[in-house]
Amino acid sequence: MLEANQITHQIGRRKLLDDVSLVAKPGELVAIAGANGAGKSTLLKTLSREINPTKGYVSLDNRSVFQFSAAHLARRRAVLAQQNPLAFPFSVYELVMMGRYPHFDGRPGADDLAVVDYVLDLTGITHMAQRAVPTLSGGEQQRVHLAKVLAQLMTADEIAQPRGLIQQPKYLLLDEPTTGLDLYYQHALLDIARAMTYRGYGVVAILHDLNLVMQYADRVLLLKDGRALVSGKPTNVLSPAAIRDAFGLSVDIICQSGMACPFIVPTQQLHAFSRTA
Amino acid sequence: MLTNVPPIARTMTTTTFRSRSRGWWLTGTLSLLLGLVVVWSVGVGAVSIPIPNVLAILLKQLGWAGASVEPQQEAVLLVIRLPRVLLGVLVGAVLGMSGAAMQGLFRNPLADPGLIGISSGASLFAVLTIVFQVKLLPGLTGQAGLYMLSIAAFVGAVVTTGLVYQLSRQGRTVQVSTMLLAGVAVNALCGALTGLLTYVADDAQLRTITFWGLGSLGGANWDMLGVIAPLVALPLLLLPRLSKSLNAFALGESGAEHLGIHVGRLKQAVIVLATLGVGVSVAVAGAIGFVGLVIPHLIRLVAGADHRLVLPGSALLGAIVLTGADLLARTIVAPAELPIGILTALIGTPVFLYMLLQKKSTITT
Repeated sequence: MLEANQITHQIGRRKLLDDVSLVAKPGELVAIAGANGAGKSTLLKTLSREINPTKGYVSLDNRSVFQFSAAHLARRRAVLAQQNPLAFPFSVYELVMMGRYPHFDGRPGADDLAVVDYVLDLTGITHMAQRAVPTLSGGEQQRVHLAKVLAQLMTADEIAQPRGLIQQPKYLLLDEPTTGLDLYYQHALLDIARAMTYRGYGVVAILHDLNLVMQYADRVLLLKDGRALVSGKPTNVLSPAAIRDAFGLSVDIICQSGMACPFIVPTQQLHAFSRTA
Repeated sequence: MLTNVPPIARTMTTTTFRSRSRGWWLTGTLSLLLGLVVVWSVGVGAVSIPIPNVLAILLKQLGWAGASVEPQQEAVLLVIRLPRVLLGVLVGAVLGMSGAAMQGLFRNPLADPGLIGISSGASLFAVLTIVFQVKLLPGLTGQAGLYMLSIAAFVGAVVTTGLVYQLSRQGRTVQVSTMLLAGVAVNALCGALTGLLTYVADDAQLRTITFWGLGSLGGANWDMLGVIAPLVALPLLLLPRLSKSLNAFALGESGAEHLGIHVGRLKQAVIVLATLGVGVSVAVAGAIGFVGLVIPHLIRLVAGADHRLVLPGSALLGAIVLTGADLLARTIVAPAELPIGILTALIGTPVFLYMLLQKKSTITT
């Protein structure tokens, strides 16, 4: 299990996170939602060990993440960041191969090549493998970085047995993974993430679209001003009241028979230019 | 929902095959070129030695008794030419590779080892030595006295880079962007102090300072090579082992960390190795500009961004260019010699500008 225990993170006098806990269990997709600046990315960065919180700790299999070597941790969890800078014009293939770096010294082995081919195919970027990443559109680049993240965790055995359970739980941390993706690939991405949970991966994803949360997440943590507002099964906790509290927006939740899940629609007029009047 | 992402026609692994063979092709061609330039340039000079004779002399040295050689040609080649050409190969290789590694570390294709004070520090200490004529250290005579200028320049490179490194440290981490700014400041300070020393120097010293600043491989001999070869070999052998980490570093510090790279250790290793390599080169050959900046650029144009190709490629091309430039430097105004720094800048500037304009046009289209 990847666990954030009572995390408080403070910069100066500002508390970015205030006593927030989150457990990522193998086989579950946990969504983190909340308004801009609510502390979602800070929480994810704490989980990925990028931030050492002021109070509380993050543990993987009941050991503090800071006890793991960087290379060991890289084989257990992968991070799809919100911003993915790239200083030099690497090709798509070279960038996805970087996901395999924790697995080989020197030259990539047959397993590494097989995994990279598999994830290129899975994310639909095989045909652009030789193009330079900076020449791609934003959404295409996002798929390349997704492929890199998948390549980092998957093994050749998993590809050979597409339905088997993985031996040791691994974790995917996704910060707004659907950014820039078209409608098809938003669903394709979350479908891949969900398929990974069936195999024993744990997924934590920051999602802004609450309808996607309803559709794909097993649990959701709603943050407000660095505190946990509610957490639980999306259909239970995403009530109009909770959403108004978190985002300041009145919504209706529509549930039609024949539809797979409830649907959230705003009911409030915002009057963009008359608010101050 | 979308339980199956639609299969997309597989083009299989021709991709890896291509990039791997491209790597062999590149290093193979460059190695061959380097061999040619070396053999050619040891033959050219006041005493001309035809290429068959060059090969015969080299074969004799390797223990092949059958080769017949002319004693005069043999002496010129072994005592004068060969050490100088080998010095050019070593200095060019280490400047090219250190430049490529620095650009990787600063995540900026316009970075140069000079940015963190290596060259300006070396210059300051060299000028100090010239102006005060090492009278402060009267005990140093013989071999050490002869190399005083080189030793001072190397110490200057290390001290200045160390200072820049310390200035940009916050606790246990070093900010690369702060390092750039600290480098600019320390470079300015070294420049001012060097200027001040130039102001008090006499005419003969001024001449020495100017020529030192333009670089030359003229001081080469076997003793010097024996000292610097192991020092230069360290970065040349160890930097390529950091290629993967430097690739990952292009994703930013947190991106590299997520891939399991020990970012702090990587930064230290690159800075120490590049300072060693460039510091030694500046110490024995003076400040030779543009090689560290332009060569990696040229390699990237052909080989792409992968440091596993860029680092060895830059070393090979650096060696070729510097050996070629030195050949020009010592023949173009013979029997006099042009400082090699003038030639590298004269050739480097138009090439660099051409590349900039090319890049601009690929960005806008």
